[in-house]
Amino acid sequence: MSGRGRRITDEEINELISKLQSMLPESRRRNAGRVSASKLLKETCSYIKSLHREVDGLSDRLAGLMDTMDSNSPQAEIVRGLLRS
Amino acid sequence: MYRRSFKDTKSSLGSPNPNFSKPMVALRFLRALSLVRCSGPGARSPSYRARGIRRAAYACMAASAGPRRAWSRALLRKIRRRPGRGLRRPRAVIRRRRPVGGGDPLEVALRRLVPGGGCMEYCRLLEEAADYVKCLAMQVRLMQTIVDSASHVNSID
Repeated sequence: MSGRGRRITDEEINELISKLQSMLPESRRRNAGRVSASKLLKETCSYIKSLHREVDGLSDRLAGLMDTMDSNSPQAEIVRGLLRS
Repeated sequence: MYRRSFKDTKSSLGSPNPNFSKPMVALRFLRALSLVRCSGPGARSPSYRARGIRRAAYACMAASAGPRRAWSRALLRKIRRRPGRGLRRPRAVIRRRRPVGGGDPLEVALRRLVPGGGCMEYCRLLEEAADYVKCLAMQVRLMQTIVDSASHVNSID
Protein backbone atom coordinates (compact mmCIF):
# COMPACT_ATOMS: atom_id res chain seq x y z
CA MET A 1 0.00 0.00 0.00
CA SER A 2 1.81 3.06 -1.20
CA GLY A 3 -0.82 5.64 -0.44
CA ARG A 4 -0.70 8.40 2.10
CA GLY A 5 -2.92 6.55 4.52
CA ARG A 6 -5.23 3.68 4.91
CA ARG A 7 -8.93 4.08 4.60
CA ILE A 8 -10.73 4.99 7.79
CA THR A 9 -13.31 2.37 8.65
CA ASP A 10 -16.79 3.13 9.84
CA GLU A 11 -16.04 1.47 13.12
CA GLU A 12 -13.21 3.87 13.84
CA ILE A 13 -15.38 6.85 13.03
CA ASN A 14 -18.13 5.53 15.27
CA GLU A 15 -15.72 5.12 18.11
CA LEU A 16 -14.48 8.69 17.73
CA ILE A 17 -18.04 9.95 17.55
CA SER A 18 -19.00 8.20 20.78
CA LYS A 19 -15.87 9.55 22.43
CA LEU A 20 -16.81 13.07 21.39
CA GLN A 21 -20.35 12.49 22.55
CA SER A 22 -19.12 11.52 26.00
CA MET A 23 -17.43 14.92 26.33
CA LEU A 24 -20.66 16.84 25.88
CA PRO A 25 -22.57 17.62 29.06
CA GLU A 26 -26.07 16.85 27.79
CA SER A 27 -25.23 13.33 26.72
CA ARG A 28 -23.72 12.60 30.10
CA ARG A 29 -26.84 13.75 31.90
CA ARG A 30 -29.39 12.05 29.74
CA ASN A 31 -27.26 8.95 29.22
CA ALA A 32 -28.68 8.85 25.74
CA GLY A 33 -28.00 6.19 23.20
CA ARG A 34 -26.38 6.91 19.88
CA VAL A 35 -27.25 10.24 18.35
CA SER A 36 -26.86 11.09 14.72
CA ALA A 37 -23.55 12.53 13.59
CA SER A 38 -25.05 15.82 12.49
CA LYS A 39 -26.82 16.34 15.83
CA LEU A 40 -23.55 15.61 17.57
CA LEU A 41 -21.65 18.13 15.45
CA LYS A 42 -24.31 20.73 16.15
CA GLU A 43 -24.14 20.14 19.91
CA THR A 44 -20.36 20.22 19.85
CA CYS A 45 -20.33 23.54 18.00
CA SER A 46 -22.79 25.16 20.37
CA TYR A 47 -20.97 23.76 23.40
CA ILE A 48 -17.62 25.12 22.21
CA LYS A 49 -19.19 28.51 21.55
CA SER A 50 -20.74 28.58 25.02
CA LEU A 51 -17.39 27.66 26.58
CA HIS A 52 -15.70 30.50 24.69
CA ARG A 53 -18.36 32.88 26.00
CA GLU A 54 -17.78 31.63 29.55
CA VAL A 55 -14.04 32.20 29.25
CA ASP A 56 -14.72 35.76 28.09
CA GLY A 57 -17.14 36.41 30.94
CA LEU A 58 -14.85 34.93 33.57
CA SER A 59 -11.92 36.96 32.22
CA ASP A 60 -13.98 40.13 32.64
CA ARG A 61 -14.94 39.19 36.18
CA LEU A 62 -11.36 38.33 37.09
CA ALA A 63 -10.17 41.64 35.70
CA GLY A 64 -12.73 43.44 37.82
CA LEU A 65 -11.86 41.45 40.94
CA MET A 66 -8.15 42.01 40.59
CA ASP A 67 -8.87 45.69 40.73
CA THR A 68 -10.16 45.49 44.27
CA MET A 69 -7.74 42.93 45.60
CA ASP A 70 -4.96 43.64 47.97
CA SER A 71 -1.53 42.48 46.92
CA ASN A 72 -0.51 40.10 49.68
CA SER A 73 -2.87 37.73 51.42
CA PRO A 74 -5.70 37.17 48.90
CA GLN A 75 -3.43 35.37 46.51
CA ALA A 76 -2.37 32.92 49.17
CA GLU A 77 -6.02 32.44 50.03
CA ILE A 78 -6.84 31.72 46.42
CA VAL A 79 -4.07 29.16 46.15
CA ARG A 80 -5.26 27.50 49.32
CA GLY A 81 -8.82 27.46 48.04
CA LEU A 82 -7.71 25.90 44.79
CA LEU A 83 -5.72 23.16 46.44
CA ARG A 84 -8.64 22.37 48.71
CA SER A 85 -11.10 21.81 45.85
CA MET B 1 7.87 8.83 8.58
CA TYR B 2 6.03 7.58 11.59
CA ARG B 3 2.35 7.19 10.93
CA ARG B 4 0.03 6.98 13.88
CA SER B 5 -2.12 3.90 13.84
CA PHE B 6 -5.61 3.94 15.21
CA LYS B 7 -4.56 1.99 18.28
CA ASP B 8 -2.04 4.68 19.17
CA THR B 9 -4.77 7.23 18.70
CA LYS B 10 -6.99 5.37 21.10
CA SER B 11 -4.34 5.16 23.78
CA SER B 12 -3.34 8.78 23.40
CA LEU B 13 -6.93 9.87 23.89
CA GLY B 14 -7.17 8.05 27.18
CA SER B 15 -3.72 8.51 28.66
CA PRO B 16 -3.36 11.64 30.77
CA ASN B 17 -0.69 14.15 29.99
CA PRO B 18 1.33 14.60 33.21
CA ASN B 19 1.48 18.34 32.60
CA PHE B 20 -2.24 18.64 32.47
CA SER B 21 -3.24 17.95 36.04
CA LYS B 22 -5.42 20.58 37.66
CA PRO B 23 -2.86 21.90 40.18
CA MET B 24 -0.25 22.31 37.42
CA VAL B 25 -2.61 24.23 35.18
CA ALA B 26 -3.74 26.29 38.16
CA LEU B 27 -0.21 27.29 39.13
CA ARG B 28 0.66 28.16 35.56
CA PHE B 29 -2.45 30.28 35.24
CA LEU B 30 -1.91 32.03 38.59
CA ARG B 31 1.62 32.91 37.59
CA ALA B 32 0.34 34.35 34.34
CA LEU B 33 -2.33 36.29 36.25
CA SER B 34 0.26 37.87 38.52
CA LEU B 35 2.18 38.99 35.43
CA VAL B 36 -0.90 40.62 33.98
CA ARG B 37 -1.41 42.53 37.20
CA CYS B 38 2.13 43.83 37.43
CA SER B 39 2.39 44.96 33.87
CA GLY B 40 0.37 48.12 34.24
CA PRO B 41 -0.91 49.00 37.69
CA GLY B 42 -3.61 51.61 37.46
CA ALA B 43 -2.64 52.68 33.95
CA ARG B 44 -4.62 50.05 32.06
CA SER B 45 -8.34 49.83 31.62
CA PRO B 46 -10.22 46.78 32.94
CA SER B 47 -11.07 45.72 29.41
CA TYR B 48 -7.38 45.69 28.49
CA ARG B 49 -6.68 43.56 31.54
CA ALA B 50 -9.59 41.27 30.66
CA ARG B 51 -8.12 40.74 27.20
CA GLY B 52 -4.75 39.93 28.76
CA ILE B 53 -6.36 37.46 31.15
CA ARG B 54 -8.24 35.83 28.31
CA ARG B 55 -5.08 35.47 26.29
CA ALA B 56 -3.29 34.05 29.33
CA ALA B 57 -6.09 31.54 29.84
CA TYR B 58 -5.82 30.17 26.31
CA ALA B 59 -2.02 30.23 26.40
CA CYS B 60 -1.85 28.30 29.68
CA MET B 61 -4.41 25.82 28.46
CA ALA B 62 -2.48 25.21 25.24
CA ALA B 63 0.91 25.08 26.97
CA SER B 64 -0.35 22.54 29.49
CA ALA B 65 -1.84 20.35 26.79
CA GLY B 66 1.56 20.13 25.19
CA PRO B 67 2.76 20.10 21.60
CA ARG B 68 1.31 16.71 20.73
CA ARG B 69 -2.07 18.23 19.96
CA ALA B 70 -2.70 20.16 16.77
CA TRP B 71 -5.14 22.53 18.47
CA SER B 72 -2.63 23.50 21.18
CA ARG B 73 0.08 24.13 18.61
CA ALA B 74 -2.28 26.24 16.51
CA LEU B 75 -3.43 28.23 19.56
CA LEU B 76 0.12 28.98 20.69
CA ARG B 77 1.06 30.05 17.16
CA LYS B 78 -1.91 32.40 17.04
CA ILE B 79 -1.19 33.90 20.47
CA ARG B 80 2.50 34.40 19.87
CA ARG B 81 1.85 36.01 16.53
CA ARG B 82 0.91 39.38 18.07
CA PRO B 83 -0.21 42.16 15.73
CA GLY B 84 2.22 44.97 15.12
CA ARG B 85 5.28 42.78 15.05
CA GLY B 86 7.90 43.33 12.40
CA LEU B 87 9.04 40.91 9.74
CA ARG B 88 8.14 37.28 10.06
CA ARG B 89 10.81 34.65 10.14
CA PRO B 90 10.92 32.60 6.97
CA ARG B 91 9.40 29.22 7.54
CA ALA B 92 11.73 26.31 6.97
CA VAL B 93 8.97 23.76 7.01
CA ILE B 94 6.26 23.82 4.40
CA ARG B 95 3.03 23.09 6.20
CA ARG B 96 0.06 21.66 4.42
CA ARG B 97 -2.19 24.60 3.86
CA ARG B 98 -4.86 23.15 1.61
CA PRO B 99 -8.20 23.80 3.27
CA VAL B 100 -10.41 20.76 3.15
CA GLY B 101 -13.37 21.30 0.83
CA GLY B 102 -16.45 21.76 2.95
CA GLY B 103 -19.51 19.78 2.06
CA ASP B 104 -21.31 19.70 5.36
CA PRO B 105 -21.86 23.18 6.87
CA LEU B 106 -21.71 21.69 10.36
CA GLU B 107 -18.30 20.21 9.66
CA VAL B 108 -17.15 23.59 8.32
CA ALA B 109 -18.42 25.28 11.48
CA LEU B 110 -16.56 22.81 13.69
CA ARG B 111 -13.37 23.31 11.71
CA ARG B 112 -13.63 27.02 12.34
CA LEU B 113 -14.18 26.58 16.08
CA VAL B 114 -11.37 24.14 16.77
CA PRO B 115 -7.96 25.83 16.45
CA GLY B 116 -5.99 24.44 13.55
CA GLY B 117 -8.99 22.55 12.33
CA GLY B 118 -8.98 23.79 8.79
CA CYS B 119 -6.60 21.30 7.21
CA MET B 120 -7.23 18.08 9.09
CA GLU B 121 -8.95 15.00 7.94
CA TYR B 122 -12.36 14.35 9.41
CA CYS B 123 -11.22 11.62 11.76
CA ARG B 124 -8.49 13.77 13.22
CA LEU B 125 -10.91 16.69 13.54
CA LEU B 126 -13.22 14.65 15.77
CA GLU B 127 -10.33 13.55 17.92
CA GLU B 128 -8.95 17.08 18.28
CA ALA B 129 -12.42 18.46 19.00
CA ALA B 130 -12.94 16.00 21.85
CA ASP B 131 -9.62 16.90 23.44
CA TYR B 132 -10.19 20.62 22.93
CA VAL B 133 -13.62 20.43 24.58
CA LYS B 134 -12.20 18.53 27.52
CA CYS B 135 -9.40 21.06 28.10
CA LEU B 136 -11.69 24.06 27.58
CA ALA B 137 -14.16 22.73 30.14
CA MET B 138 -11.36 22.23 32.64
CA GLN B 139 -10.06 25.74 32.05
CA VAL B 140 -13.54 27.16 32.63
CA ARG B 141 -13.90 25.20 35.87
CA LEU B 142 -10.50 26.46 36.99
CA MET B 143 -11.34 30.09 36.28
CA GLN B 144 -14.70 29.71 38.02
CA THR B 145 -12.94 28.34 41.10
CA ILE B 146 -10.52 31.27 41.13
CA VAL B 147 -13.34 33.79 40.75
CA ASP B 148 -15.33 32.12 43.53
CA SER B 149 -12.33 32.11 45.88
CA ALA B 150 -11.51 35.73 45.11
CA SER B 151 -15.13 36.81 45.61
CA HIS B 152 -15.22 34.94 48.89
CA VAL B 153 -12.04 36.65 50.04
CA ASN B 154 -13.42 40.06 49.10
CA SER B 155 -16.68 39.47 50.89
CA ILE B 156 -15.13 38.64 54.25
CA ASP B 157 -13.10 41.87 54.37
